[in-house]
Amino acid sequence: MRFADLLDFAWQVVRGYRTRTLLILLAMGIGVAAVVAVTSLGEGARLYVVNQFGSLGTNLVVVLPGRSETSGAMPGVLIGKTPRDLTLDDALALKRSRAVRRIAPLVIGAADVHVGARVRETPVLGSTAELKDIRGMEVALGRFLPESDPRQILPVCVIGAKVAAELFGAKPVLGVWVRIGDRRFRVIGIMARQGESLGFNTDEIVIVPLAAAQALFNTEALFRVLVEAKSREQIQYAKDDVEEILRLRHEGERDVTVITQDAVLATFDRILRALTLAVAGIAAISLAVAGILIMNVMLIAVTQRRREIGLLKALGATGAQIRLAFLTEAVLLSMGGAAVGLAVGQTIRYAAVQLYPAIPFQAPWWALAAAPATAVITAVLFTLAPARRAAMLDPVQALSRR
Amino acid sequence: MIRLTGIERTFIVGDEMVRALRGVNLEIAQGEYLSIMGPSGSGKSTLLNVIGLLDRPNAGTYALDGRDVTGLSDDELARVRRVKMGFVFQFFHLVPRLSAEQNIELPMVLAGIAPAERRKRLARLLADYGLEDRAKHCPEQLSGGQCQRVAIARAMSMSPLVILADEPTGNLDRHTGQDVLAVLERLHHDGGTVVVVTHDPEIGSRAHRRLRMIDGAVISDERAPDGVQERAGGAAT
Repeated sequence: MRFADLLDFAWQVVRGYRTRTLLILLAMGIGVAAVVAVTSLGEGARLYVVNQFGSLGTNLVVVLPGRSETSGAMPGVLIGKTPRDLTLDDALALKRSRAVRRIAPLVIGAADVHVGARVRETPVLGSTAELKDIRGMEVALGRFLPESDPRQILPVCVIGAKVAAELFGAKPVLGVWVRIGDRRFRVIGIMARQGESLGFNTDEIVIVPLAAAQALFNTEALFRVLVEAKSREQIQYAKDDVEEILRLRHEGERDVTVITQDAVLATFDRILRALTLAVAGIAAISLAVAGILIMNVMLIAVTQRRREIGLLKALGATGAQIRLAFLTEAVLLSMGGAAVGLAVGQTIRYAAVQLYPAIPFQAPWWALAAAPATAVITAVLFTLAPARRAAMLDPVQALSRR
Repeated sequence: MIRLTGIERTFIVGDEMVRALRGVNLEIAQGEYLSIMGPSGSGKSTLLNVIGLLDRPNAGTYALDGRDVTGLSDDELARVRRVKMGFVFQFFHLVPRLSAEQNIELPMVLAGIAPAERRKRLARLLADYGLEDRAKHCPEQLSGGQCQRVAIARAMSMSPLVILADEPTGNLDRHTGQDVLAVLERLHHDGGTVVVVTHDPEIGSRAHRRLRMIDGAVISDERAPDGVQERAGGAAT
């Protein structure tokens, strides 16, 4: 049988049995649309996170006290063993590396911030002037911490947008003295509103000079040291240098964890990809269900078209030709359903983009290829048994009126 | 051309064995017009199906044009059937979603014949059977007689050796039935071989050779009108 005739024959069947066609189109369409929509959402989330992380400055290397056993651990993950303190001298020593542009030591704690009668328990971050550039932060009013000897206790602070709003309301902020813990600080700047952001949100914190924070929380130990490499290519050198410098300073012990932002990014990327894949897999299950529906519908068709099949055999159709006819129908229907599903899936994606413009919803190429392919393969697989049954019908019996 | 020897065909119905054909011997030469008559259950349709390669005997041999076709596989039978046999059924068996001309084309499509050639043959067939203005209509828009003519055209589309008609007029009124029979007889007149199964003696008696069957055996095989009578073999047990 010629290919064009085979297609034509299948097309006639598709047209002739409208309910069956609609059912299969619907089943396949929903399956494919689900996969496309769901992977768009997952991929959008992943790209969003990756971009957010990317905007933090990709040359970042983070040093944590203590050795964490897993690589690519997230900052904030608990550190094991007895950590030797990371000191300011350690941090300053890191500047010796050729691959390092600048560093910012970090101390963190929580304290009550008093403005007049208002009090707010606020996270307090102690660092240096370099922090602003390393982190790409923006000052809305006033200025950031001044460049100075990090050992010097300067009674100044920079507050986050939300903190300012809650403690000061509409009142003037700059130049006002506030009490943090048991010390007084003068507000010299307000951070720009950051809104929703991953990891580092300055809206809710107060930043003071490192030495002041150390005095406030009575600790020499640093929470972290942020290191900015000179360029993307130098990140690995910076990491190696940092590890070596600190090892030498800590009597040959490797008791710090150095994370490149790349590693963190990679972890997030992996996690979100896995999530997207898992969710796509679940959506694909609906395609399997659609396949079972197709098998059912095809079996019914074989029964419905018994006489026709018997006739075709009487006219000289071989078993292979009958099987091929059914399989071609299945391919035609599943491709049609996949096309409908792709259209619907993309429409959902478009709607999502309208609702959340900040998130780059986009179906990954592999989903756009895999979903229709799965649809067609499923349809063919689940039509094999009915097609075989049709091919094995005895023509004499099939033609009889029984 | 067709030689059946000792053909047995047994069906299992429930847990009973039914011998539909008992040791049938039959020879059909090219250009014959024969009818097979008998009561219901006599095996006449089964015999027709065996002749038409639609059914395989359980025992015996079938030689078609000197070639032994008894042991052929289903697919091989289908291929021989495609070019050598043309079936006409009582209930027409047209594909309802296809037009008249698409129905006629069907055997050619299955055989993989090129569209240009198909159109040529189609045009000739439509003309021969007076179906030109009905070509695009679907079976449900055609009368019984027209349907059967479409079926005959379909059977003729591959220029087969034999036309096998199983109760071709059974679903038609008397007048239309006569018309259809006339078409079949014209085929014979043009040199074709026609085998008609019928329970209607009026139809059956028009054939030049008449077989009678009872209980799976051929009990008489008459030729008219030159009066030569033969008794075919096939002992009933």
